[in-house]
Amino acid sequence: MSVENTFSVVVLIKRVPDTETRLQVKDGKIVTEGISWVISPYDEYAVEESLRLQEKFGGKVTLLCLGPEDAKEVIRKGLALGADDAIHLNDPAFEGGDAATTARALAAALKKMQYDLVFAGKQAVDEDNAQVAIRVAELLDLPHVNAVIKLELADNKKSARCTREVDGERDVMETTLPAILTAQQGLNEPRYPSLKGIMGAKKKPITNWSASDLGLDAATVGAAGAKIEIVHYDPPAPRPPGKIIPGDAPTAAKELVRLLREEAKVI
Amino acid sequence: MPNNILIVAETRDGAPRKVAYELVNVAKQLAAGMNGAVQVLVLGNNVAAAVAAMAKAGVAKVYAADDAALENFTPELHAAVLADAIRAAQPALVLFGATGLGKELSARTAAKLDWSLVTDCTDAKFENGALMLTRPVYAGKAIATVRAKSLPVMVSIRPNIFPPVEMDSSVAPVEKIAVKPATVRARVVEKVNKEQTTVDLTEAKIVVSGGRGVKGPEGFEPLHALAQVLGAAVGASRAAVDAGWIDYGTQVGQTGKTVAPQLYIACGISGAIQHLAGMSSSRNIVAINKDADAPIFKVADFGIVGDLFEVVPALTDEFKKVLSEK
Repeated sequence: MSVENTFSVVVLIKRVPDTETRLQVKDGKIVTEGISWVISPYDEYAVEESLRLQEKFGGKVTLLCLGPEDAKEVIRKGLALGADDAIHLNDPAFEGGDAATTARALAAALKKMQYDLVFAGKQAVDEDNAQVAIRVAELLDLPHVNAVIKLELADNKKSARCTREVDGERDVMETTLPAILTAQQGLNEPRYPSLKGIMGAKKKPITNWSASDLGLDAATVGAAGAKIEIVHYDPPAPRPPGKIIPGDAPTAAKELVRLLREEAKVI
Repeated sequence: MPNNILIVAETRDGAPRKVAYELVNVAKQLAAGMNGAVQVLVLGNNVAAAVAAMAKAGVAKVYAADDAALENFTPELHAAVLADAIRAAQPALVLFGATGLGKELSARTAAKLDWSLVTDCTDAKFENGALMLTRPVYAGKAIATVRAKSLPVMVSIRPNIFPPVEMDSSVAPVEKIAVKPATVRARVVEKVNKEQTTVDLTEAKIVVSGGRGVKGPEGFEPLHALAQVLGAAVGASRAAVDAGWIDYGTQVGQTGKTVAPQLYIACGISGAIQHLAGMSSSRNIVAINKDADAPIFKVADFGIVGDLFEVVPALTDEFKKVLSEK
């Protein structure tokens, strides 16, 4: 799969609203006007780690993004950080899918690509599904290591040693390559794009692939192929107004403990 | 086709995790609407005690995949064993706890079987014959209502939302499952010692969290003292984590962990949008902050405007006093 003496990494990225965005829900839908879009933060860790591997081992970093035409904006951000090129799964047929159809499209794209490693975020911070990358691993019969916080590639680039986090514990896992790794916070500190990077990104190639380019029947991807349907969104239930407890620290503390025991019955 | 529900019960230190008992409650409610039985699967090594415990949880049957190869979570092997068990038992619905491990195992197994999977749900019920699921998205900034167009389907349920099931006097039969070898390319080679916090943040009943107002790494000491008295986990805001005062694994928020404990005590946390997203579904929220205008007070049930370095130790003393009277 890999070309001799190079190391190719494909990074799966998703366009999501900036986490500092106050999200509005109207008529059962998320209001997308006025949102500033970013690469999902966990995907950013994956991009950063891939660039560091490239700095050390050479080779190539390719971004792979499924999303609408507007997603080009965040793909350019990834290219500005230093990725070499990008594949954009850009076809209305891909839209409105579930994790299974999205994974199906990504896996079909990866089948056409060369890679030694596929990197992704451990979840996208919009739908919080936390399943697409792992599904892709299974569909391509690749091993995966989830929620990686430290990565050491073997010198022969045939295996990786990963420290990963699960439920408050840490494991060290070893995997052969190619594999799919998902990035967890703590893996690295993502860089900011340089001015040169931003200028250079404009010239880097972004290739559009449609469902038919991937040999996929449009009925098996996107909304048509999805077995899960989001019926509507609601804003979270507003919390009832709270109570400010007056008094100096010991008085307020005493009253708070009483309220927690007698009113909230939580202690 | 049977309409059974299969629960994948996770174990920790030889016992079922709390969420496994919560799943039985969810499954029993759903089973009534689909005319099926509730079954449990336990995967692991030396899990006889956990299997026995689940057999007393008022379920119809417990499957046990007890094998030395399952000592550490090995995604490819665990998914293969689980997929085989599902093919044999043919449930219409498979439930997982939405823990880190549960989410990972369910995703790999769902892809293997080409099933749908709805993760991290806070409610699940049948409406007009369709399985409807509720799940917070954008770390809780919005709530999605999801419909499964068909069964079978896998669902993971967020811990701490449903009460655990009461133990039953009957004992369910246990069926052993043979563990076939699978191709394994990614495996655990070393377990790193647990972090300082022994209570897992996402499953903790009480979380004591610190932010910028904690002022430095040593500022977390009074929070740890309070957490110890309450048996709580310690969390942090992004500001405190980015400043390097505490391990990033404690971060609560949209780019950290989402928590929904019975009680969340926010100390010196102003309440940035991305932090509120990760904790505002907590049952009770206490905010302690010097700044009376801090946004955290808007989501708090109880607030104390004051210096956390005075209020937190006072709280610790008061809790110590009342808890010893109990």
